[in-house]
Amino acid sequence: MIESSFVDGNSLIHRLDPRFRVAMAIGISVFIALADRFPTLLISLLLSLVLVALARLGTMRVFRRLVVVNGMVLVFWLILPLTVAGDAILNLGPILLTKAGVLLAARLTLKSNGIILALIALMATCPVTAIGYAMKSLWIPEKIVYLFLITYRYIFVLEQEYQRLMMAAKIRCFRPGNNLHTYRTFAYLIGMLFVRASLRGERVYQAMCCRGFNGRFYLLYEFRASWVDWIFLTALSLVILLLGFMEWGMVL
Amino acid sequence: MWGLSDVHVSGTLEVETALENLNEIKLMHISEGVLPVSILVGGAVIAVTGTAIGLRRLDYNRIPQAGVLAASFFVASLIHVPLGVSSVHLILNGLVGMMLGWGAFPVIMIALILQAVFFQFGGFTTLGVNTVVMALPAVLVSFAFHPLKRKNASVVTVISFLCGFFSVLFAALMMGFAFFLIGEAFFEVGTFVVISHLPVMIIEGIITVFCIRFLMKVQPSMLYVKKGVINARS
Repeated sequence: MIESSFVDGNSLIHRLDPRFRVAMAIGISVFIALADRFPTLLISLLLSLVLVALARLGTMRVFRRLVVVNGMVLVFWLILPLTVAGDAILNLGPILLTKAGVLLAARLTLKSNGIILALIALMATCPVTAIGYAMKSLWIPEKIVYLFLITYRYIFVLEQEYQRLMMAAKIRCFRPGNNLHTYRTFAYLIGMLFVRASLRGERVYQAMCCRGFNGRFYLLYEFRASWVDWIFLTALSLVILLLGFMEWGMVL
Repeated sequence: MWGLSDVHVSGTLEVETALENLNEIKLMHISEGVLPVSILVGGAVIAVTGTAIGLRRLDYNRIPQAGVLAASFFVASLIHVPLGVSSVHLILNGLVGMMLGWGAFPVIMIALILQAVFFQFGGFTTLGVNTVVMALPAVLVSFAFHPLKRKNASVVTVISFLCGFFSVLFAALMMGFAFFLIGEAFFEVGTFVVISHLPVMIIEGIITVFCIRFLMKVQPSMLYVKKGVINARS
């Protein structure tokens, strides 16, 4: 059910300091979310594609991921050309497709995919634990970081707990269908998952207390930025700066 | 190098294929790059406030328990429940709110960060808005459920159905409202979001009823939290 398939790899991007990757991912996301003009968006999308190419993740895998995430974009394409007021480009009897609507849908597609590709290249290649550590060095409150790390640690344990419960149900000939029995079974299963998680949480807490847990986490790994990280960050910042000039320079 | 991250290498995890993913397109997330800055900033401000309240009520000592519980919500929200010819994902924000109160904000925010990292559903810029869309209804629902300690079973059934139903309805309405704020052109998108979630609301209501009744029998201490303190004590 859960996999972080892009983590394994040995590329320039994979070797970058996680702190820098998180910071760059945030930077690019915010920039593309703010940008509005087509030339800027196209070049940003290109930039994200270059990042994905640098991460060497396999075209098919990235494409599959993109298709899945584009559900909402599909909704925009289905609805916006019909609803946005403007000049018609296609008139099919009662159905009127407007140019403004198509352009708007296209723009949202570019923005959305530009950001998602940047996230795939920079964040999905990062071990989640490293993202937690990076969050801490990026001044995100400790409590959130600790909660994040513990949550991540136990997702896989509880996923197996769920698989075990599901297997127990299947052994008893449970077949999901559209009936109340199915919903009741799933509800009990989820309830049991919560109960077990709660008990496990208690045990984990006690075990941690036995080992001297006093409410503090000590992150053992120290990040060290190399010159490659700094060059990469500088280059990317320059590109974004140029793009920003393209986007807003003429207005100012 | 990363001590904790070794866990995910274990081979038993089910590999999610793209085809499986296709019929579970998640609409409960507003995608990146859609909303204008004003809404993104507004959402972020509310999300930070809510998360701060939730975290203030969470003791450092209780983080391990809260984390394990948050992980269970994350896993539960990946379960497919059959609906018609397809299947839907549970959102479970109602249950989160009923069990954690204000703690719903940090828990949902972390679940969203993890979803962004694992599946790229949502990202940084929409994190605030998406957190508010799901966590605010959760907190509202927790106020409705809280005074139910001593009520009889049928009242609990009705109220928990409404909690499950309304937590999704509010979430869908808030998402629709976010679209409505973008401009007139998105009104239909917002309407579509609300209408497409109607079946999910009913299923979520049914599941919430059974789940709450189960927990009342098996582990009642999980439900009645004091002032929304995350308290996973058995």
